[in-house]
Amino acid sequence: MKVLVPVKRVIDYNVKPRVKADGTGVDLLNVKMSMNPFDEIAVEEAIRLKEKGAATEVIVVSIGEPKAQETLRTALAMGADRAILVAAAQEVEPLGVAKVLAAIVGEEQPGLVILGKQAIDDDSNQTGQMLAALTGRPQGTFASKIEVSGDAVEVTREVDGGLETVRLSLPAIVTTDLRLNEPRYASLPNIMKAKSKPLAQKTAADYGVDLSPRLRTVQVAEPSKRQAGVKVGSVDELIDRLRDLGVAA
Amino acid sequence: MKSLVLAEHEGGAIKDATLAAVTAAGKLGGEVDLLVVGSGVDAAAQAGAQIAGVSRVLVADDPAFDHALPENVAPLVVQLMGEHDAFVAPATSTGKNIAPRVAALLDVMQVSEILSVEAPNRFTRPIYAGNAIATVETGDPKLVCTVRATAFEKAARTGGSATVQPVGGAADGGLSQFVGAQQSHSERPELTSAKIIVSGGRALQNGENFKMLIEPLADKLGAAVGASRAAVDAGFVPNDYQVGQTGKIVAPEVYVAVGISGAIQHLAGMKDSKVIIAINKDEEAPIFQVADVGLVGDLFKLVPELTQKL
Ligand SMILES: Cc1cc2nc3c(=O)[nH]c(=O)nc-3n(C[C@H](O)[C@H](O)[C@H](O)COP(=O)(O)OP(=O)(O)OC[C@H]3O[C@@H](n4cnc5c(N)ncnc54)[C@H](O)[C@@H]3O)c2cc1C
Repeated sequence: MKVLVPVKRVIDYNVKPRVKADGTGVDLLNVKMSMNPFDEIAVEEAIRLKEKGAATEVIVVSIGEPKAQETLRTALAMGADRAILVAAAQEVEPLGVAKVLAAIVGEEQPGLVILGKQAIDDDSNQTGQMLAALTGRPQGTFASKIEVSGDAVEVTREVDGGLETVRLSLPAIVTTDLRLNEPRYASLPNIMKAKSKPLAQKTAADYGVDLSPRLRTVQVAEPSKRQAGVKVGSVDELIDRLRDLGVAA
Repeated sequence: MKSLVLAEHEGGAIKDATLAAVTAAGKLGGEVDLLVVGSGVDAAAQAGAQIAGVSRVLVADDPAFDHALPENVAPLVVQLMGEHDAFVAPATSTGKNIAPRVAALLDVMQVSEILSVEAPNRFTRPIYAGNAIATVETGDPKLVCTVRATAFEKAARTGGSATVQPVGGAADGGLSQFVGAQQSHSERPELTSAKIIVSGGRALQNGENFKMLIEPLADKLGAAVGASRAAVDAGFVPNDYQVGQTGKIVAPEVYVAVGISGAIQHLAGMKDSKVIIAINKDEEAPIFQVADVGLVGDLFKLVPELTQKL
C-alpha cells in the first residue's frame, strides 16, 4: 500500500505573525518558514506505517511556490521515498489543493492519504475532508491513533466530547491531530541521502486543475489588542479583584 | 437567500454552538431552516422548532445518520442544497468534519470559522491563530461556512414556531462505521459555554496535582476546567480540556490561567475572554501581556491559599 502525504510550507509556529501595514496580508519576508506542524505528524505516521510493514512507499507532495522544495526535502530526510512539487504562483485554497491531490490520488492510487488537519497559516481545516469528497473516500479527521488491519483502518478521533473511533474501508483519507505521534528529527546522513531522492516537478495544468481562488481577501487587519492589566501582590488582593468582578462572594 | 443550519444535538437537546450558527444564518437575510439528523430524533426536532428565527426543521430520521458520519450526512446536505443558498455549520468537531465535504461536493470554497457577517457574501475570519483577521468575499454561487460560536449571540431557545418536516434521501454508503466513543463526563459546566473557566498548564507537573489544585478552585468558583496543550499532552487531563488554536475556543466572563505561559496557540483559544486572570511564577510570562489581573508566584502555594480563602 502506498501512502500519500501532502505537506505545506508555512510560517514557523514559533514566530509571531505580523500584519502588513497596508492590510494586504501577513508579512512573510525574512520570516522563518517550516513544514506545517500537523503535516510533520502526517509524514511521521506514514513513515511508521512503512516501518511496521503496513505501507510500501511514502510519497510526499506540496502545492506551492518553488521554495516548497525545501519542505519536501525535509520530508524526504525524515524518511519519505519520493516527492512531487506542483508549482503554483499564487496562494492556493483548500479546494484547489484538494482537486490537485484528487488527480494525484487517481494516478498513484494510495491506500491512505494522511494530511494535517489544518495549516497554521489560514487555519482552514478543509483540505482532507474536501479530498475525501472528491475521491468518494471515507474520512477519519483529527486522528490521535491510526490502526490499519486488512482492508480497513480504525481511526481514533479527537472530538469536542472526548475521543471517538471510526472504522473506514480502505482506501481512505486521514487527517492528523497533535497527539498522533511525535515527529522525528532527520539525521545528518538522512538529510544528505534525501538530496538524491526523486522529486518530480509538475504544474496544476498537468493535472488539468484551475487554481484560481474563489475567495477574495478584501483586507487583513490586526485583531483588537488587549491591554495588559495590573499585577496584584497577594492572594487577598486577587480576591478583592474577584469580588469587584462579582466572581467571589 | 435561504439557509440550512446543521443542528448538533445530544439527548434531545440542541447544543449551544448551533444557536450561534442560527444567529449567523439569520444575518445572511432570508429564511433559516434547521437540519436535524440521526435516529429517534423527535425530541431534538421539537426543541429545534422552538428556536427563535427558525422557519422549518428538516428531519432526516435514519440510523445511517447517527454519529453524524460525514460520508452519509454530506450527500444528504448536498441534496437539500438544491433549494438552499447557504449551508451554515457550527465550527465544532462535527461541523468541521461535515461542512468541507459538502463544500467540495458543491464545488465551492468554504469560509471557515466566521466571526462576523459583513454582507451575505462577505465575512471576517481569524487566520494565523487569530493573530490576524481577514475579511473575505466569496464569488461562489452557494455559500458554505462554519461559525465560531463565541463570536455570535445565541438564538433564543424559545419563541419560535417552526414547522417540522421529514426529509429522506441519501442513506448508508457503507464507507465508514462508528465503533465507539470515550466521552469524558463531568459534573462541572461545559467548557465552551461556561461563565468561568480555570485552566492549568504544564506547571501542574502531574494529574494528581491537577486534581488537587485546579479542580477544587474551579469548584469554589463554579467554573469549568480547561488546560493547555502541554498539560493534555503530558496526560494530566483528557484531550477535550484543551483550549487553543487546535483545541476549544472559549470566551467566558472570567478565565483563570494557572501555570500557563501564554503561547500564541493557547491565547488563540481564550483571548476573547472578558477578564483574564493569570497566576505564574515568571513575571515575564507572555500570559501577563493579556491578563487583566496577574499574580506572580508559586502556584503550589498560591492556589491552595486562594481556594481556601474564597
Ligand atoms: C501546531 C500547534 C498547535 C498548538 N495548539 C495549542 C493549543 O490549542 N492550545 C495550547 O495550549 N497550546 C497549543 N500549542 C502548544 C503551545 O505552543 C505551547 O507549547 C503550550 O501552550 C504550552 O503549554 P503551557 O503554557 O502549559 O506550558 P509552558 O509553556 O511550559 O508554560 C508553563 C508555565 O508555567 C509557569 N510555572 C512553572 N512552574 C510554576 C509554579 N510552580 N508556579 C507558577 N507558575 C509556574 C512557567 O513560568 C511557565 O510560564 C500548539 C503548538 C503547535 C505547534
